[in-house]
Amino acid sequence: MIDKRVASIDAAVADVADGMTIMIGGFGTAGMPMELLDGLIRQGARDLTIVSNNAGNAETGIALLLKERRVRKVICSFPRQTDSWHFDKLYKEKAVELELVPQGNLAERIRAAGSGIGAFFTPTGYGTLLAEGKETREIDGRHYVLEYPIRADFALIKAERGDRWGNLVYRKTARNFGPIMASAARCTVAQVQHIVALGELDPEAVATPGIFVHRVVAVDVPDARAAAQAEA
Amino acid sequence: MKKFSREEMAARVARDIPEGAYVNLGIGLPTLVANHLPKGREIILHTENGLLGMGPAPEKGHEDPDLINAGKQPVTMLPGASFFHHADSFAMMRGGHLDFCVLGAFQVSATGDLANWHTGAPDAIPAVGGAMDLAIGAKQVYVMMEHLTKSGESKVVAKCTYPLTGVGCVNRIFTDLAVIDVTPKGLKVLEMIEGLALDELQRLTGVTLHG
Repeated sequence: MIDKRVASIDAAVADVADGMTIMIGGFGTAGMPMELLDGLIRQGARDLTIVSNNAGNAETGIALLLKERRVRKVICSFPRQTDSWHFDKLYKEKAVELELVPQGNLAERIRAAGSGIGAFFTPTGYGTLLAEGKETREIDGRHYVLEYPIRADFALIKAERGDRWGNLVYRKTARNFGPIMASAARCTVAQVQHIVALGELDPEAVATPGIFVHRVVAVDVPDARAAAQAEA
Repeated sequence: MKKFSREEMAARVARDIPEGAYVNLGIGLPTLVANHLPKGREIILHTENGLLGMGPAPEKGHEDPDLINAGKQPVTMLPGASFFHHADSFAMMRGGHLDFCVLGAFQVSATGDLANWHTGAPDAIPAVGGAMDLAIGAKQVYVMMEHLTKSGESKVVAKCTYPLTGVGCVNRIFTDLAVIDVTPKGLKVLEMIEGLALDELQRLTGVTLHG
């Protein structure tokens, strides 16, 4: 029997090792796998490379990993936010390396990794600082920059519901990086609000087929949105 | 001469967005355009974090943390809305499917180069987000900005001094003084605010403008 369910958050991230590359889903806090990040903080792995759209908010998640100086490098599109003070401080101290990637290139490099693409030419960033030193090519009169895939050892993502095969359904704009990161890591861990029985997810609505997911863990958190819906 | 307010600029941009358009409004000033889209037109707003058919801000108390825009503000969705992941979202730009984007800018050059992501200051923490993808991705790139900096320098320039977001990508510039098209023959002034003459706009701008 295939059963990707894991009993606890801590068990789901127990084998993250020092020096690994970890993709973290989410855009701002929407889709951010906060409980898995708390687990990673407890787990203690260091010298990590974090791939995520942002570089942490306030005193949570990626920001706490940074605060504890467990991150060697951040690959992201938008580190600077009003509440990214931990990243800002480490960056100014040169205590963390930043690879800044235009958001669409970040997404496509992740997608390429998950799709077995060796590299690709993209028009985004041509002629800018972020393409400096990169190979370029003119194709049909347009200029492109060569970009390489981004792979990870782990992807930590958040979905709304999952089943024991790892099929995932997301909620609204919390989907963001989930499906592409799921495909680009050796081990994809999805935290879900609810684990449901096989067959309960509408196959037409599954946004990440279980083949891309290795572990599914349910989080037991008060669901404010469910309460809001009940009110409405 | 009375300069356009931010709302007047937004209303002016909105007038140039036609029925049926798929549009991305950048963070900051361009988000105001949503409030001025003509009521009779069906216009679909794209937000790059993964939603087509974005609606206005929710009423207080009805915010949903999973339903946000690219500025991470709570939004709503309209009937007909759809969600998608990031690679699809940026394919909508890069693949030439998005009709318009409206972006803020530090500078636009006479050849349509755009600078809007980084001041280049050595101590600044760089952040780019989707700016470079939007700049080269939308079929029509509209820029909305004040014509002059606080110290009175033109933001329409011969050559950008700030780091570029995209090369030759801007089609039309909406400022608080004028509407200017970037054409292969140079900058063409389409409109000016009441009381402003072309020679005065030319003097303020410093780059050759065609009437």
